[in-house]
Amino acid sequence: MKVSIEKLNKAFESRIRLGIMSALAVNDSLDFNSLKVLLNVTDGNLASHLKGLEKEKYIAVKKSFINRKPNTKYIMTKEGKAAFNDHLKALEKLIKNQK
Amino acid sequence: MKSENESLNDLAEIRSMMERSSKFLSLSGLSGIMAGIYALCGTYLVYKVYGFNPDRISYTAGKNNLPGIVFLAVVILILAIGTAVFLSYKSAHNKGEKIWNPASRQLVSGMAVPLLAGGVLILLFILKGLMGLIAPLTLIFYGISLYNASRFTINELKFLGLLQILLGLISAYFIEYGLIIWAGGFGILHIIYGTYMYFRYER
Repeated sequence: MKVSIEKLNKAFESRIRLGIMSALAVNDSLDFNSLKVLLNVTDGNLASHLKGLEKEKYIAVKKSFINRKPNTKYIMTKEGKAAFNDHLKALEKLIKNQK
Repeated sequence: MKSENESLNDLAEIRSMMERSSKFLSLSGLSGIMAGIYALCGTYLVYKVYGFNPDRISYTAGKNNLPGIVFLAVVILILAIGTAVFLSYKSAHNKGEKIWNPASRQLVSGMAVPLLAGGVLILLFILKGLMGLIAPLTLIFYGISLYNASRFTINELKFLGLLQILLGLISAYFIEYGLIIWAGGFGILHIIYGTYMYFRYER
């Protein structure tokens, strides 16, 4: 039981980070505004969590221009996918063990 | 240490976020019922007022009425889409969601490509006088677009799509029953599907 708790990823402790990863897990890419609407958070709050995840190399940033307006898209990296899957498995194990 | 409840909450939240970010669930059943009613009215008008009822692929009897028929079809299409957008907007608004999100964007583009391809093809066939193909082809392409779009919304839309494709293929063989089968697909099936969705998800 102890093992599974250690596997819970500290980077995903915050609800917002968990939400970002969940949304990116099922979408090829999402832009800043879409994430903001989905998570219902402020610009600053979202930006700081995105930066945190980017630092861990769990998400990658793709900048481009749409109609000359800057557009920032976020995608999940391979490392991010693996870390997120491990986190899910650890959560499931935790529930099973406590039953 | 995380408690069992917290883990369960986390998992529930992950699941809900995955669904909300990839599926548009505010599609209104009521709009399906309304679309069905518009389609039935339209079929009735086209048959009664214009006497339009192709009994073979190359059908020219209704040629003089063509502008009127196309106009009626466009009005019905706009009414159906308008109702769907309006009711879905209300439903999304009540849930505190935006109607224009990544999922609905994918839903619209998933439907638009088969519909546009089919629409242009049908217009070309009309120009060549192949009126008997209007009913089968509208059913088939609409069915394909629903089947394709079902990935981004409630899964049941897939079955509606498959049924429309099946009706389209049947009406391609029995051209003389094209109009009545069309009314069955766009009218009756929409009403049945909309009623089912309304009672299953909206009450």
